[in-house]
Amino acid sequence: MTFALSDERERTLQEILSRYPTKMAATIPFLHLCQEQHGWVSDEICEYVAKRLDLSAAHVKGVATFYSLFNKEPVGKHQVWVCRTLPCALAGAENVLKHCEKRLGIHAGETTRDGKVTLRTAECLASCGSGPMMQVDRDYYENLTLAEVDKILDRVTR
Amino acid sequence: MLQRTSYLTKRYGDSDGHTLAVYERDGGYQQAKRALQMDRAALIDEMKAANIRGRGGAGFPMGVKWSFMPWPPKPEKPHYLVINADEGEPGTFKDRTIMEKNPHSIVEGCIIGCFGIGAHAAYIYVRDELHLAKARLWEAIAEAKKKGYLGDKPFGIDYPVEVYVHTGAGAYICGEETSLLNSLEGKRGEPRLKPPFPAQAGAFGMPSTVNNLETIAIVPTALAMGGDNFSKLSAIHNLKDGGARLFGVSGHVNKPGIYECAVGLTLRELIYDLGGGVKGGELLAVIPGGSSCPILRAEEIVKAPDPKSPLHPYDGKSVLDVPLGVDTFRSLGTMLGTCCAIVLSDLADPVLAFHNLLQFYRHESCGQCTPCREGSAWLFRILDRIVQGEAEVAELDRLSEIASNIMGNTICAFGEGTAMPTLGFLLKFRRELEEFIVTKGKSGTRRLAL
Repeated sequence: MTFALSDERERTLQEILSRYPTKMAATIPFLHLCQEQHGWVSDEICEYVAKRLDLSAAHVKGVATFYSLFNKEPVGKHQVWVCRTLPCALAGAENVLKHCEKRLGIHAGETTRDGKVTLRTAECLASCGSGPMMQVDRDYYENLTLAEVDKILDRVTR
Repeated sequence: MLQRTSYLTKRYGDSDGHTLAVYERDGGYQQAKRALQMDRAALIDEMKAANIRGRGGAGFPMGVKWSFMPWPPKPEKPHYLVINADEGEPGTFKDRTIMEKNPHSIVEGCIIGCFGIGAHAAYIYVRDELHLAKARLWEAIAEAKKKGYLGDKPFGIDYPVEVYVHTGAGAYICGEETSLLNSLEGKRGEPRLKPPFPAQAGAFGMPSTVNNLETIAIVPTALAMGGDNFSKLSAIHNLKDGGARLFGVSGHVNKPGIYECAVGLTLRELIYDLGGGVKGGELLAVIPGGSSCPILRAEEIVKAPDPKSPLHPYDGKSVLDVPLGVDTFRSLGTMLGTCCAIVLSDLADPVLAFHNLLQFYRHESCGQCTPCREGSAWLFRILDRIVQGEAEVAELDRLSEIASNIMGNTICAFGEGTAMPTLGFLLKFRRELEEFIVTKGKSGTRRLAL
């Protein structure tokens, strides 16, 4: 099946294009829209974005591979990021990460076999005063206890 | 000197504090309306008098930066205001609070800023992870637009202003202003060579000003008070470091958080009076303003016999009693940075803290310049060998050599941002590092969390 944006996202794209003096500036927001729909950024998506914005596919792929939030391969239904950088580490991030790895039976960077959860470490998420913390999909969970981590994992693995 | 203020944070505790209704009840948007009717030169003079030092880390005077823009703007070269909200410096979490809790101060600051630099569009570059912050900004923009404060004729005045939110996609380097501009243009976030500076060729090749988010958010307050009055809030107003700002504290303190105070607060006040004191053990060290700032040990004493030094009034005192200012902290051999301190108690192992930070820099080097790309990885690998108990003491000199070879040899300041904390840890924790290596880690506490 060839990739195309849904009608609603197509309308969003048109609004995005109106914000900038160049089409190229829409590259990152456009890739976000595609990933929202498809889950990851495939070569086909890079070509699609390139064609729509009059860019080379190499340019778009170069952008997609530069930024860590664009998934270069399929990922789980839910994304769990545990912040590991110093302020969170001082607050116990390592225990949170180990606990997640144990509960999910995977290492950071992997996806559970049922495809439900991808677990990753994150570098500083600007939540230094409320660590340890994790981001699950779009939401921040802060000042975590292991009991709270369990509740969150229960929900995403259900 | 501890003096709490609440210009930006007054409504932080209110569930509707982010709405236009509340912002206007407190006098919001009056300054934007006034600014659009001011003489541009007079506005810039007010901003210069306010002595707002950039809140993003470099501490450049904001009013001076605005004045660098070519004047008058040429029709074929539209100016742009770009706001840096790619908050990602470890330890820094202040801009996020403004976006989530007081977004209208940013929108109002953007209107004033656009007028000041001759722009008609502002782009607020927000890191993608901050979904609530982005939503709050878009809501604020929509509310302001609906009221007629943005658009073709803000407040009925013929000076069009539009404000947009642009998102990144996870790259610390995009907090560097030229990298941010590339990212805004839809490119890989690799820094550009300067010159040309953004005021000459910035966003889309046009004259641009890049300001940190907190910097622009405080503009309406500074204008309302008058530049000079605002500047004088600061205890180090004489050092042209004015006003009030957000101070953050995280790590081993009892009450981590963001506290708004007049400039001139000391680390001791931040850690003990606001942060509630050190949690577990005694104060070992503090990283004053984000992880790129070299670390200070608790027992350090200021040596500034030269009367011309900004530190001279504090000669012989503890570094904890020096006002947190751009020039005072630069003179201490570290930096004020983002003014968000990371506190380490003596129960934490400084070698592991060093290792943790080098892992960050290795991950976030954009890879454009060889000394930084390779150097940050070499630094981390040596630290990793130290932590694994496989390194020799002589390798500490290699760390120093690698860091010194990154300094000054890269396009952007990320190189210095990696090298300076490395040299700082080597200087301040040489003994602990040597003992850790010799005892294969048995000398340390082997932990970061308490």
